[in-house]
Amino acid sequence: MDRLLLRGARVVDPASGLDGVRDVLVAGGRIVSVAAGITERPPVTIDLDGLVLAPGFIDMHVHLREPGQEHKETIASGCAAAAAGGFTAIASMANTEPVNDCRAVTEMILAEARRHGSVRVYPVGAVSKGLEGRELAPIGEMVEAGAVAVSDDGRPIEDASLMRRALQYARLFGIPVLAHEEDPSLVGDGVAHEGPVAARLGLPGWPAAAEDSMIARDLLLAEDVGGRLHIQHVTTGRGLELIRWSRARGVPVTCEVTPHHLTLTDEAIEGFGTNYKMNPPLRTEEDRRALVGALAGGEVDAVATDHAPHHRDEKAVEFRQAPFGVVGLETAVPVLLDRLVRTGEVPLPALVAALSTGPARALGVAGGRIAPGEPADFTVLDLERERTVEAAGFRSRASNTPFEGWSLTGWPVMTVVAGRVIHDSR
Amino acid sequence: MSAPPRHLLGTRGLPAERALEILETAESFREVSLRPIKKVPALRGKTVVNLFVEPSTRTRVSFELAAKRLSADAVNLSGSASSLRKGETLADTARTLEAMHPDVIVIRHPEPGAAHLLARHTRAAVVNAGDGTHEHPTQALLDAMTIRHHFGRLAGLKVVLVGDIAHSRVARSDIHLFRTLGAEVTVCGPPTLIPLGIEDLGVRVAYRIEEAVEGADVVMALRMQLERQRGGFVPSLAEYSRLFGLTAERIERMAPDGIVMHPGPMNRGIEIGGEVADGPRAVITEQVENGVAVRMAVLYLLAGADGG
Repeated sequence: MDRLLLRGARVVDPASGLDGVRDVLVAGGRIVSVAAGITERPPVTIDLDGLVLAPGFIDMHVHLREPGQEHKETIASGCAAAAAGGFTAIASMANTEPVNDCRAVTEMILAEARRHGSVRVYPVGAVSKGLEGRELAPIGEMVEAGAVAVSDDGRPIEDASLMRRALQYARLFGIPVLAHEEDPSLVGDGVAHEGPVAARLGLPGWPAAAEDSMIARDLLLAEDVGGRLHIQHVTTGRGLELIRWSRARGVPVTCEVTPHHLTLTDEAIEGFGTNYKMNPPLRTEEDRRALVGALAGGEVDAVATDHAPHHRDEKAVEFRQAPFGVVGLETAVPVLLDRLVRTGEVPLPALVAALSTGPARALGVAGGRIAPGEPADFTVLDLERERTVEAAGFRSRASNTPFEGWSLTGWPVMTVVAGRVIHDSR
Repeated sequence: MSAPPRHLLGTRGLPAERALEILETAESFREVSLRPIKKVPALRGKTVVNLFVEPSTRTRVSFELAAKRLSADAVNLSGSASSLRKGETLADTARTLEAMHPDVIVIRHPEPGAAHLLARHTRAAVVNAGDGTHEHPTQALLDAMTIRHHFGRLAGLKVVLVGDIAHSRVARSDIHLFRTLGAEVTVCGPPTLIPLGIEDLGVRVAYRIEEAVEGADVVMALRMQLERQRGGFVPSLAEYSRLFGLTAERIERMAPDGIVMHPGPMNRGIEIGGEVADGPRAVITEQVENGVAVRMAVLYLLAGADGG
């Protein structure tokens, strides 16, 4: 049934070290074979000459806003944005209204995703009830319902003993704790990286130490009690050093960086544009370079967008009043291809790994590999396609992008989930 | 020559020639305030809206007098009376004002960047009359005007700003403008009130006031915001005053003809001793007087001479 041949693409599959022209045969939603010159001609053959075929990209950090804030995004619109951006799967954070802290909400998200979503949706349950940071949420029942990880993302877990218990308890289910690292007592009312730019603009500073000290705390806790710790949106060079140090001590910690922290610095907030206001804030050029280096060197497990849709009116206010966050699903891949791969700073396979193999491993979900038996999830890239970012054309309900107007070369042109083409703009 | 900027949002990036043009125009307007009939017809038929979302009597009165002495129609909107208090956004207010076709909108607002936001939503010229802890360009211009009266220049002068630099829009605007005009600027205060990275603005940082004021031509005491004490930035106002207050003894270390300034309103006995505030070096009332002339110049240059 539904056999499909993807012919003649440059297959880039870091998991198996493959980078060469191959045909890929698919049946029943799974990969059957990967070889040069497959002679079988199933009913559907897609010619991918000159294009790159990569394992389906997984964005392990997305805010879908449904339930509760459908004016910003819905599961359907978020999934459509993901498909258009080259993602075959997304992990949805728990800070919805109501919070995803129980079986019912997890089930609702999955049901809605089945009904309207084209991409795979992996719900992330809350660590604490109501994201209040006091009591553990019923992690077991959420995992039974389909949650793949837990996180209070959007908020840090201030209470160290709660974090420690979450790491311990999550071990029962083999799921990771995704940690938003921010010490609120150091951030205070900070809205921009503490340094010369914030000083010049008169904006309250957000010290790098507010992130680094929490990373350090959680690395020590993970070393003490075990458990799978994943550090979300690392933004500082020092944070990366701490992770390196911890790994050297044998702690199996994973981490992610975002496209905006890889390509922008705090200089971008000059002019008070609220589409450059994010949490954690844009940092220094030195930090940005450290992130790019770590991505190129394979030290970063995942690039994740932290797709945070906000309504236009909510961002059209004074900088301090505006909500944190930017959308990313539809710009991540071209921004990274244009600004990091084309410039030679990051090899294509390293980027593909951080968008597929790495997040699949960090989340413990299927995918991230082009090999027989694996799900037939693919992202097809046209490295020569030129286009300008225009938020007006986004599938997302939101347009709060810091990349508006950027002219980019290298775009995702086709997205395939379980052998089904869900987006095609070749 | 490129067109002069339509707005005055800050002194950062304000070219020296433009700053000098404003200062020289202000000199010519200074005399208007000394006439029996304090009015010239320069902006007759022009409308100036003073949108003061954050209250400030002295700055608002100064702008209002400046507009009226130029014969402009001046309308005052205050935060408490405006729909901003009723949940309307600044962008909405801008659109509403826009429909009334003002020539200049003067805005005072508690949020950094508010003037920039307004400028994106209006065709009127926008004058930043203080946006949170960001900038207060007309204050810097009147400070520069005052200094020029005493020294004839800023180039080569040693200027020291003492106090809460982190929360001071005056400090930022002064630093940019004084540096552009060639002064050497030192900031001095407790480390908790000096923002990390301030050196990038081209200033020297000093933590001991005795050292900072040594040989200074200008010392400006900044207002110590009383609520900062509760924020834990300094242990107590008494300690602040002991370590950083401008006393007669300390200002003795200044250059012989050095002047003492304060953007007001003053906390006597905290950042500045009464004997200094009323002493021969103080030029504080002159600053206020120059404020009207500078604001006349700014309104005239944006709405009359170039902008009309």
